Amino acid sequence: MNQRSSSLLDEALGLDQVIEPWPLRGRVLTIEDRVETSGSFVLHHLLKRSLSPNSSNVSILIAFSQPFSHYDRVLRKLGCNLVSQRDNGRFLFFDMLKLQCPVGDEGITPGGGLIALFGKIHKTISALPEISRKNVSIIIDDLSLMEVAANGSSNYVLDFLHYCRTLTSEFDCSLITLNHEDIYSIEDGRTFLLQMEYSTDILIKVEPLATGLAADVHGQLTVSNKGRNKASNFHFKVKENVVECFYPGRSRD
Amino acid sequence: MATAKTRTSSFCRNLSSAAPSLGPGLKCGPNGMVFLSSGIPDLDKVLGGGFPLGSLVMVMEDAEAPHHMLLLRNFMAQGLIHGQPLLYASPARDPKGFLGTLPSPAASKDDKSREPDPHQEKGLRIAWQYKKYFGENQLNFDGQRDGKHEYSNEFDLRKPLERHLIIGQRIDCVSIQDSSDLSTLQDRCATFLSQLPRNDGSISCAGRITIQSFCAPQCAYSNMEWEMLSFIRSLKSMIQSSNSVAIITFPPSLLSPSFGKRWQHMADTLLSVKATQDEDKELAQLITGYQDMVGFLNVHKVARINTQVPVILEATTFSIKLHKRRYLVIECLNQAPVDGSSGASYGTSGSCSSSSKTGNLDF
Repeated sequence: MNQRSSSLLDEALGLDQVIEPWPLRGRVLTIEDRVETSGSFVLHHLLKRSLSPNSSNVSILIAFSQPFSHYDRVLRKLGCNLVSQRDNGRFLFFDMLKLQCPVGDEGITPGGGLIALFGKIHKTISALPEISRKNVSIIIDDLSLMEVAANGSSNYVLDFLHYCRTLTSEFDCSLITLNHEDIYSIEDGRTFLLQMEYSTDILIKVEPLATGLAADVHGQLTVSNKGRNKASNFHFKVKENVVECFYPGRSRD
Repeated sequence: MATAKTRTSSFCRNLSSAAPSLGPGLKCGPNGMVFLSSGIPDLDKVLGGGFPLGSLVMVMEDAEAPHHMLLLRNFMAQGLIHGQPLLYASPARDPKGFLGTLPSPAASKDDKSREPDPHQEKGLRIAWQYKKYFGENQLNFDGQRDGKHEYSNEFDLRKPLERHLIIGQRIDCVSIQDSSDLSTLQDRCATFLSQLPRNDGSISCAGRITIQSFCAPQCAYSNMEWEMLSFIRSLKSMIQSSNSVAIITFPPSLLSPSFGKRWQHMADTLLSVKATQDEDKELAQLITGYQDMVGFLNVHKVARINTQVPVILEATTFSIKLHKRRYLVIECLNQAPVDGSSGASYGTSGSCSSSSKTGNLDF
């Protein structure tokens, strides 16, 4: 039943067909949200899909935004137990809440925050058994906080993302990131966002409706899938245990 | 409810954590959240209980009016009533002075007089405002109990808080005017929060951090945009692992738009206050009770901890009124009935015969 409701989103992402091999392998996925409409539910949905029992996916969540307990509770309501997945080695949680690069550090020193983080990711993936190494998802929540941790040097963050992208070719990882579009849509800040959008394979925008917020429809999703040369737009409503996606004017798919 | 697709053992309800004992001024909410009161019962109702522990509240000030201070006063006074430790940082030279302006809880018999009686004689208007009264009546029963044990108090802004509640309490005041960087404030916050760690189980005490006008221009660090953002981020991560709530007020007009948005994203609960213009005839015609309003309160975001479902409020703009100039009241805005005629429809036209019994319309 859960599959049916999110099928519009899954369809747009290519997740509705087979789950093995993971359709998002080697792809870069960017989620953009705003203050009015948070896009975390898309992250949760993707995390849940990647940890589905039918596959041997490993997910690495690099969390700048919330502690483990928050994700645990949310995913539990979605039907996924992060604690047991963590014990099985299928879910790895990197707590970055307190990461702060020292001021003046441009990432040149090997000890610098983001370089160390990349090293850790690389090491973790290399240490995985052969079968899992092919199906890793790296999820970053969220990029704007990574910029704060790097004291504002977005070049540093872009470099880090570039390195992560090499992982998508070296190991066939998928890279999923969340960022806030309304921070960059003003004046001179667009560069970072544009670079991200250019190099991404699938772009998911989470926006409010033009008419504002409503109790029945929480917003609209626009998914641009470059791989399939497809763009879809539909409305969504977020619930505790599922995200309902439907075309405008209908309450259900 | 839990779909036991994976191993069943991990879905067993953890019985040991049922109903933890909570200290004064705290109450349980859904999703394992624990709330403390904002000091304004109306606002608590709007937010679904209050401010959750471990959350960051941000209030966008109106740079031309001090209405955010009304919110802060009630917030701080509420904490002191419950004996909750307080950290207060402000750009003033001597922040302690502000403590003298904190209000005292209202005597309970005054609470009930919040029903705006002047509207009774305008019989037609009641119909428009019906919904407003309907919800309020159900929640005014708490007034009888002793002030200390109530979750949330009404405050009388004309009565200062009793001295004994201020002296001898754990209150830490910090002036942020002269700090060239934020490390002092960060250390003070860290020390304060280390006394209130979060562990599973009972919570004996919750703390409140109040930072007023964080990016005020008289503060030496106010042009260091990334440093301020780092501070907020580290404060938020410290708060998330402690039993406290932090409230930061700031004037968004003093930040560049892009940074303003970044600050907004940081907040778990985001509010803004705006003063009403003195003589705004158009708004006065559109909204009832405009003359009594001192400002608008907007709720932009409500904290969503441990859940992904957003809170969609029926109304996000509220009026701030000072009832009898003593009690802070947050109310829904009510649209005034549109007059068909150009003149007042309730007054007499005067030219009719003297038999006009134009007193109150009785329904």
